[in-house]
Amino acid sequence: MSKRNISAVVFFMIIAVFFVFSALMMHPFGVPEETDMDDEIIKEAQNETGTNNGVTSVVFDYRGFDTLGEATVLFTAVAGVIMVFRRLKQ
Amino acid sequence: MSGMSKIVRTISSIVFPLIIIYGLYIISHGHLTPGGGFQGGAVVASGCAMILVAYGSIWTINKMKEKNLSLLESIGAICFILLAFFGLGFGAVFFNNFLVGSNFLFGTIPYFGSTIADINTGGVVPLMNFAVGIKVIAGLFAIVLVMAHASSTKEGKK
Repeated sequence: MSKRNISAVVFFMIIAVFFVFSALMMHPFGVPEETDMDDEIIKEAQNETGTNNGVTSVVFDYRGFDTLGEATVLFTAVAGVIMVFRRLKQ
Repeated sequence: MSGMSKIVRTISSIVFPLIIIYGLYIISHGHLTPGGGFQGGAVVASGCAMILVAYGSIWTINKMKEKNLSLLESIGAICFILLAFFGLGFGAVFFNNFLVGSNFLFGTIPYFGSTIADINTGGVVPLMNFAVGIKVIAGLFAIVLVMAHASSTKEGKK
């Protein structure tokens, strides 16, 4: 075995140990540790934003800035694609 | 990209209105059922991409110019940001939901818990869904249309 293969094996073993430990330290499924924010949104979303769909109330009202960023990303992507292919057409 | 056979074109023109109606339903009921502007816009844009594949890019670009699509996308983005600034003007903060609780438009507040779906709720959220929906439809379809047209003209030159 060459030196490169040995270093690759050691590297993958370190990553495997890291993954196993992080899987063992994970808290059980469906039991979040901090639930204050979830309870607050579930309790207040219908009264504050008037939407029956809690996810949409988070996306468009509580976290509106995030949606603004997504829209900006999409706008930039479309502008870039149109610019590149307009140059390619001529 | 040239068009496909007559069978494919007929079937896709039958299915196309159903896809459009389903996508617009997802957009307009975004505050009641799962979905919203992004998801419904992706559904409508994939219906338009199906028409593009079936009929070919030259036929499609004669019907729908790429310039109009980018104009429509900019209109959607401007409506979205304008609604956010209306929150700053009429309410207190940026992205404030100033329409909820008023008697103007989408102002009803539902009761707590699982209630009957009322389309007249949500405040600013349905309007933002419409704006983002227009933006996503026009943006995704413009990307697909421009790429297909560029590849078809490149093939024609060879």
